[in-house]
Amino acid sequence: MEEEILYNQSFQIRGRDFVNGGSVSVQIKRILKELGVKPEVVYKVSICCYEAEMNVIMYADLGTLDFTITFDDVIITLEDEGPGIENIELAMQEGYSTATPEIREMGFGAGLGLPNILKNSDDFKINSEVSKGTKLFFKIHLN
Amino acid sequence: MTLQNLIKKFELEVLTDLNDKEVSGGYSGDLLSDVIANTNKNYVWITMQTHLNIVAVASLKELSAIIIVMNRKIEDEVLEKAKSENITILRTDKTAFQMSGMIYGLGVT
Repeated sequence: MEEEILYNQSFQIRGRDFVNGGSVSVQIKRILKELGVKPEVVYKVSICCYEAEMNVIMYADLGTLDFTITFDDVIITLEDEGPGIENIELAMQEGYSTATPEIREMGFGAGLGLPNILKNSDDFKINSEVSKGTKLFFKIHLN
Repeated sequence: MTLQNLIKKFELEVLTDLNDKEVSGGYSGDLLSDVIANTNKNYVWITMQTHLNIVAVASLKELSAIIIVMNRKIEDEVLEKAKSENITILRTDKTAFQMSGMIYGLGVT
């Protein structure tokens, strides 16, 4: 069955733009709160979006985050142009990270990003092609 | 417990505008993914991180305040960003361990 879209917006995220890191997630959170979405859902979406957004900033060149609300779910897809992920199985392990020492010093690159998204979402898919980019999809039920 | 209580009791330095808020809990950590995953609204966050991204974390999680430990230096642009986002940043000469223990001792968990 085709799901009816209640809200849709796309955001651009630029690689290495640490100054604006988190700003897309903050905007999405504001929209959800304004629409009266339950706090538990807002909490989960915020965590997932932040991790996804920071991944683009830390590793990729450019990302497009597409944010959709249907009757049942918040759906996020994030497609980036970047180095891609060589070993997705490793990247999904808590504590595994390819972050540089500079990034780690800032408290990023703890290897918790993708596991945090997996834990806080109801549906999660990731595809990646080395030297091309990564496509991330996750869904969080509204009820 | 309010922020004002904590500030008075532990002589915390207020580096931004003070928005006196309730404190419902606390968390200590320097890994941002850990903080994002384990804090809730109105928590105080005890950290030695001082870069710009701490403001986005606090804003996203609606934290009551960020408490910078060991009197670490913090850039003006971070404080300006915090002011514009309505985030309170406090500072102490104590370590994260000491500060956490002091606040925990007041019954904030």
